[in-house]
Amino acid sequence: MRNIDVSEITEAVKNLCIDANHTLSPDMEKALYNAADEETSELGKKILEQLKENLQIAGNDMIPICQDTGMAVFFIKVGQEVHFTGGCLTDAINEGVRQGYTEGYLRKSVVSDPLIRKNTGDNTPAVIHYDIVQGDQVEITIAPKGFGSENMSRVFMLKPADGEEGVRNAIVQAVLDAGPNACPPMVVGVGIGGTFEKCAELAKEALTRKAGEHSKLPHIAEMEKEVLETINSTGIGPAGLGGSVTAFAVNINTYPTHIAGLPVAVNICCHVNRHASVVL
Amino acid sequence: MDREICAPIDKEMAMQLRAGDMVYITGTVYTARDAAHKRMAQTLSEGKELPFDIKGNIIYYMGPSPAREGRPIGSAGPTTASRMDKYTPELLDLGLVGMIGKGKRNPEVIEAMKRNGAVYFAAIGGAGALLSKAIVESEVIAYDDLGTEAIRKLRVERFPAIVVIDSLGNNLYERK
Repeated sequence: MRNIDVSEITEAVKNLCIDANHTLSPDMEKALYNAADEETSELGKKILEQLKENLQIAGNDMIPICQDTGMAVFFIKVGQEVHFTGGCLTDAINEGVRQGYTEGYLRKSVVSDPLIRKNTGDNTPAVIHYDIVQGDQVEITIAPKGFGSENMSRVFMLKPADGEEGVRNAIVQAVLDAGPNACPPMVVGVGIGGTFEKCAELAKEALTRKAGEHSKLPHIAEMEKEVLETINSTGIGPAGLGGSVTAFAVNINTYPTHIAGLPVAVNICCHVNRHASVVL
Repeated sequence: MDREICAPIDKEMAMQLRAGDMVYITGTVYTARDAAHKRMAQTLSEGKELPFDIKGNIIYYMGPSPAREGRPIGSAGPTTASRMDKYTPELLDLGLVGMIGKGKRNPEVIEAMKRNGAVYFAAIGGAGALLSKAIVESEVIAYDDLGTEAIRKLRVERFPAIVVIDSLGNNLYERK
């Protein structure tokens, strides 16, 4: 058994909130630089060059990459040998979000009630996904999620007979519908299988995978590459103004499912696909 | 083509702009997004005046992140325009001439733009740090309680945008 005081969690979360909103992870930065080299449209290239400049300004001047600093989404892997002391883990995470979004000059974008819509003033509460794993460590991954692209995300409850072709069509349809609204070039997170809510969570977590890495399952890795190619042939392009780079990556996660179902979730993220992790 | 334009913008100038033009906007623009639009619509339905004279003006669909000390504004890129579609035709009929946002507009908005000689610009979504450099002053003029969604009067200098839908209804997103 290892004791971890929750104040350590709060401090780590605060720093993750600030870091993730000012600097992209190296994989995403590389994806953007590669895209600027590969883009065939002149306007598209110009836009990607401006996005590169935007990243530099954000890091140098400590201005958030995007004003939508998102709803703070977490994936927390808790080793079962860990014992938390000094308070409640969930409260400690929310306290870290509160401190990070306040001290880091990040936008407070959360309303307390979806219909009454009063801003909570500190960007809490976060959305937290816990997983209990082996060991005595805690891995915290933050993925602040902007809503321009979140709003274009979809869940499709397909039939088993729809098969792989149905899944591919669903992903491409979601991207076509998203178009310029989702701030392309996008990262497309896909969850296939599980239940209604499980596939959505899979899709969200798929966005935290490094751009350029593929599924370990050969048939899924193949699908990721082929669907990416299809998406990039749509011509939507950077900012939706035409071009050859519409998505940086298609990341697909899967889970066993029911004999009667083929759930597919498509969680679209803009080019500011923020994710950062720390292990305590 | 590249054009330098002033804001507020006169209708004749707005009607000369064509989808695909790159523009650099200098002058005064007002921010308003979801909650401010809802409140403006409520104000109009009660027969009251809007908090600023909308005639000839440009609305920037934007809610900034907080400004650090000594700076006019934080990150300041466009938000998705279509969420304002429900409220937009009424504002266009009252004299709104330009809108800056990102993403598609619905047919009712495009019809109202054609009817009124208005123009829709896209700024680059997700380039909030870069775009903040073109904003030199920012002042909350209404709905302060809405936080980032308050209406702000901005002074901009060579704010870069692209004409996506012009007053004839030409639409850069629908290119063939």
